[in-house]
Amino acid sequence: MSTMAVEDVAVAPVDEGFWTRTRKVGSVLVGLGLVGAVLFGSLATGEQARFTLSEDSAGAALSIHGTLGAVLFGLVAVATGAAMLVGLPKRWFTLVLGVGLVGFVLSFLCWQISDAQPGQNFMPLVNIVRGTFILALPLIFGALAGVLCERSGVVNVAIEGQLLMGAFSGALFGSISGSVWVGLVAAALGGAFISLLLAVFAIRYLVDQVVMGIVLNLLAVGVTGFLYERLMQTDAARYNSAPRFSNWEIPLLSDIPLLGPALFRGNIFLYLGLLLVLVLHIALFRTRWGLRTRSVGEHPTAADTLGVKVLRVRYRNVLLAGVVAGIGGASYTLALYSFTKNMIGGKGFIALAALIFGRWSPTGALLAALFFGFADQLGTYLGAINSIIPSQFLAMLPYLATILAVAGLVGRVRAPAADGKPYIKG
Amino acid sequence: MEPGEIHALLGENGAGKSTLMNVLYGLYHPDEGEILVDGRPLKLKGPSDAIAAGIGMVHQHFMLVPVFTVTENIMLGAEQVRGGIAGFLDRRRARREVTEVSERYNLRVDPDAIIEDLPVGIQQRVEIVKALTRDVDLLILDEPTAVLTPQETEELLTVMRALKAAGKSIVFITHKLGEVKAIADRITVIRRGRTVGTASPEASRDELAALMVGRSVRLTVEKQPANPGRPVLEVAGLVVDDDRQVRAVDGVDLTVHAGEVLGIAGVQGNGQTELIEAIMGLRPLLAGTVTLDGQQVDGWSTKKVLRAGVGYVPEDRSVDGVVKEFSVAENLVLDLYDRPPFGRGLALRLDEITKSARERIAQFDVRTSSAEAPVGTLSGGNQQKVIVARELSRPLKLFIAAQPTRGVDVGSIEFIHSRVIHERDIGTAVLVVSSELDEVLALADRIAVMYRGRIIGIVGPDTSREAIGLLMAGITPGTATEDGTATDGGTTAEVPGSEDEA
Repeated sequence: MSTMAVEDVAVAPVDEGFWTRTRKVGSVLVGLGLVGAVLFGSLATGEQARFTLSEDSAGAALSIHGTLGAVLFGLVAVATGAAMLVGLPKRWFTLVLGVGLVGFVLSFLCWQISDAQPGQNFMPLVNIVRGTFILALPLIFGALAGVLCERSGVVNVAIEGQLLMGAFSGALFGSISGSVWVGLVAAALGGAFISLLLAVFAIRYLVDQVVMGIVLNLLAVGVTGFLYERLMQTDAARYNSAPRFSNWEIPLLSDIPLLGPALFRGNIFLYLGLLLVLVLHIALFRTRWGLRTRSVGEHPTAADTLGVKVLRVRYRNVLLAGVVAGIGGASYTLALYSFTKNMIGGKGFIALAALIFGRWSPTGALLAALFFGFADQLGTYLGAINSIIPSQFLAMLPYLATILAVAGLVGRVRAPAADGKPYIKG
Repeated sequence: MEPGEIHALLGENGAGKSTLMNVLYGLYHPDEGEILVDGRPLKLKGPSDAIAAGIGMVHQHFMLVPVFTVTENIMLGAEQVRGGIAGFLDRRRARREVTEVSERYNLRVDPDAIIEDLPVGIQQRVEIVKALTRDVDLLILDEPTAVLTPQETEELLTVMRALKAAGKSIVFITHKLGEVKAIADRITVIRRGRTVGTASPEASRDELAALMVGRSVRLTVEKQPANPGRPVLEVAGLVVDDDRQVRAVDGVDLTVHAGEVLGIAGVQGNGQTELIEAIMGLRPLLAGTVTLDGQQVDGWSTKKVLRAGVGYVPEDRSVDGVVKEFSVAENLVLDLYDRPPFGRGLALRLDEITKSARERIAQFDVRTSSAEAPVGTLSGGNQQKVIVARELSRPLKLFIAAQPTRGVDVGSIEFIHSRVIHERDIGTAVLVVSSELDEVLALADRIAVMYRGRIIGIVGPDTSREAIGLLMAGITPGTATEDGTATDGGTTAEVPGSEDEA
């Protein structure tokens, strides 16, 4: 709740003249909408574009004529943009922006789907939603690790390393013990180990936190890469064949159309990640722990004068962040794949972007992570239907989305005031 | 301290008032000595111990989280919670408590307002409420009026009286005499980390001023009478704001002639810093002109001002004077590194730089292991000599030295003073700013006293220090007789801020 107020204050005093942020975004939306209506509309074919509520072409579906859909949804984007240009109550901004962007994406999809090979003119929404969440999951854990750390004033660039170390130790100890639960605990400890190094050097020895984070990422790549070659490659059966969590079907909820099969037949990590978002959001803004964490991240001296143990709060939060990211890493190796060298592959940095995009709030981070996950999933889908857009461009989508999101769409973002600043008493 | 007493701690900036109070609040740890509460020694490991012992503090720089609400700030560290170890904040109870305390002491605050939206006066009120909700018996107010407007100050004094009536003791730290006389029951004067005297509020302003300014050994500098020539620096109608956009210099007129030292005396924080920075082009002018040797220089870049023949020793040596990580030699050419003989094209001529550094190290008696040693490894006095050497190695029309000997050992003080006088004798106009009255008296041929952004008087070098002390406290000869023996009836005239200030 206080973050909302921050935004108002940060935006209010700047007199931007006619070209306010709303109007700028509005004109971009009009532009996108015109691209959709005109370009996608002319490229789309007369085939039906079907959005099926299942995993294949069968079952109930939303169907629309390709050209008509592309033009129509493009016009929706144009309309929302026009509304922003004309003037719009501030509290509607996010909603209208969302509608506009969805319109543009749908216009694009109408073109793509209608233009696909015959027999492939459908998009299985269950797969898309499920894929989005699966791809977003490491980002969710990573971004939450960032929230924990940075809300207490320690910059966490080491998310990548924490995820990787979690994935590695989850795989290693899960394999040795043959138990997923041992693997899960080991993954949490692995992430916490990287965090411990970050905490000691950043808090105790005042090393620059960004530099320290990057160094830790390289360390994690090095250590896990070395042990992977020495242990896992030589004896994969023993060291790299961790048991996997099976999918748990949640009664009742899994029967909901679309969301049920997509979300409530997942594994423990999916449930844990979503639960963690909720718990952290409440904890951060409603509990004593949250108040103290935020005060330490904003004005540590003030917190100190009121008897809050600044350094202790920071140590605790950084370690917790490691635990969360470590579990996030295990969501690969204890559910999906065996460990491979550098398997996180930059997701930790995307998580960092999601953290910023989500304005350092757990729910914001979730939405941002889902946005990136969707971009990723869309790329996969378009590849599968042999889109004429080259696969390299599709692979770029999440990164492009990151740049756009962090640079343009977020507007003014304010990090916790003491983020990255070591606290030195007296 | 007695219960229900307002005890004023009076002293110049840097005298050690705030440090003392931070020790009392557990933020710093004493090297020696002890604190007694109700006769028992008190060991403070941190602020929470102080709070537990009933000590509260309102810091000079507010300890409030700007993005939190008033209630959140007040509850922080002493949160009302429910739900066991989960520790959910009980905002309703906290808000009720804030409202209750603020109504009891008539300190109106909106419990749901965000701190950064509130004016400083209200923020301070939040700080006081914060202390009061923690049931303090002793409240320390560190320079509480420094950031307040006269009206807000007046309100604060009313609040302090109410707190006193409620049996709270207050330590009131300030350097403003008027406020002290208006409110304090007892006054302790601190100077350079020592208690130099106690006084009752009945003591006259000049007694207090004398205690504050002190009577240490008079520094003497051998010098001939000045031989003033043409005016070199002319400042007219100068108006400058400080960093908080508060008027710091409010219409200053000043002339410095060739071959004389003009000293600016005054309690620190009366606009001296801003005046000098404005002359140097480091701070924008709101009104007025600065003329150097007949040429108007306001609006010039600092580099251009320096190149026009101005030498400048800045007030804060470590921040503005030297680059600590750079060597002595490098620091000596910070002003001329791009000019022959030190710079040629894109390159530095290191041999020339070293050669000149050696000469100047000898000439200015800089005690350093070598010309390559980082300046940060030198003592304060030698760092200052490096700055003086750099600035005096150019042909100058005007030499400005702000706090030239702050934190400098006695030997270096003498040396720097003799160089300043030497510069005067070769016909440079010299402007010295110092909060050390002794230094101003030793160097200056004319003394201008600054008070609240104005030159309140210009006197000769033979004026008594008592008379200058009075001027520093804002008492001009005309008003001194009325105020000298102020009693209760006179307090209305004493209210701070009533004399001037917009």
